Amino acid sequence: MTMAPGLADQVGKALADRRIELVVIGGSAGGVDALIGLLPAIPSDYRSTVVCILHVPSDRDSRLAEVFELRSALPVREARDKEPVQPGVIYFAGSGYHLSLERDRCFSLSCEPPVQFARPAIDVLMESAADAYGPAMAGILLTGANHDGAEGMCRIRERGGLTVVQDPIDAQASAMPEEAIRRCSPHLVLPLSGIRTLLPMLRNI
Amino acid sequence: MKPIDPNPPDDFDIELKMLMEAVYLKYNYDFRDYTGASQKRRILVAMREMDCDTVSALQAKVMHDPSGFAQLLQYLTIPVTEMFRDPEYWVALREHVLPFLKTYPSLKVWVAGCSTGEEVYSLAILLQEEGLLDRTIIYATDINPESLEAARRGVFALDRMRTYTENYQRAGGKGAFSDYYTAAYDGALFNRALVENVTFADHSLATDSVFSETHFVSCRNVLIYFNRKLQDRVLGLFHESLCYRGFLGLGSKESIEFSSYATRFDVLSRRERIYRKGVA
Repeated sequence: MTMAPGLADQVGKALADRRIELVVIGGSAGGVDALIGLLPAIPSDYRSTVVCILHVPSDRDSRLAEVFELRSALPVREARDKEPVQPGVIYFAGSGYHLSLERDRCFSLSCEPPVQFARPAIDVLMESAADAYGPAMAGILLTGANHDGAEGMCRIRERGGLTVVQDPIDAQASAMPEEAIRRCSPHLVLPLSGIRTLLPMLRNI
Repeated sequence: MKPIDPNPPDDFDIELKMLMEAVYLKYNYDFRDYTGASQKRRILVAMREMDCDTVSALQAKVMHDPSGFAQLLQYLTIPVTEMFRDPEYWVALREHVLPFLKTYPSLKVWVAGCSTGEEVYSLAILLQEEGLLDRTIIYATDINPESLEAARRGVFALDRMRTYTENYQRAGGKGAFSDYYTAAYDGALFNRALVENVTFADHSLATDSVFSETHFVSCRNVLIYFNRKLQDRVLGLFHESLCYRGFLGLGSKESIEFSSYATRFDVLSRRERIYRKGVA
């Protein structure tokens, strides 16, 4: 592991006895680059579910799932309405619709108005995921130039989930991680390299 | 003994369930099988705007005051729509569905969950341009009386016309979009002739049954608000209503893939979510 000893302790403490079935990763400006750094680090035997949500223009089809399929050891798909959540799959939120997780562990879409000017909104996905998974999930908030995600991260923390925010100094755009740190005092604040090391450790064991 | 749920419902979830049960018993509106996450968000907005701290307080307001229920209904239904939304869908209708519909001497079309009517007027324009409007009866149904009333009026915000015009052009519109409406103050009043053969009616996909045979059902961005059980019910209604090899159009991210009707419709256009009643 490429982590400073102090940091490794901190991570060890945050992870103690946690069973993570779901990881939600949110980002905005700079988010694609950040995910290019992260998703290839997930090994092919990974059995938790990863859901990624980036702010994308809503008037065209998102190609993110196709782009990352080539760079990932796991299957990558756009999440579809009422699709049961599968372990060992990386899902992306498509454009133009909010994506939520339901208590019966399936995805749902909705076209309610944008939240924080965004649709899909990170808050919507994270809040619903927190309701559905409680302590069995982790939320990771990356680089971004707006405040979407802070509310969602608070909800994850409130429901007992693990919260991880990219270090604003390390982020291409710092507003989003800064707001989340201010609002919800996350368990871990890590540079991208630290999140890359952490991600494969977020497991259901 | 019940096994311990590692993620038990909280008070909000419990109260929400009770509210939906109460609404059903008292007003006969069935929201019990709507998807949880978006319903929760809408109830939170209703609580904030109707000045209630808890779902129970909202329930009291709704139970003891029918106007409270009328108010809540506006939050529970989702009037988010636009004219010629997803232009590619309309192009696909024009190219792949209307040629079949033209072979019938008379047509019945059902716009299910028509909300405030944008879709109905779009469809009427399309049918008119293809020479089909005169021989078509359109049933436009919704559960929200206020939405239906707005649909009947056919007045849409003038500041949306720029977007709608762009959509119309991308949808392969054959005329000038502005010919279809008269602008007055901040509203655009659509030509009454478009809806001469439209029956706007109160109909619940959750509790009512099929009322007519139809050739084409358009139900866009409605199913996403329903859980799988209710989706199955609704697809069952459409299947029953559609004539032999009738057509079904859904929203751009909707699909029948995860329902028990997946094999009972054929895919006509996967991308535009247009299906055809299967032979089986």
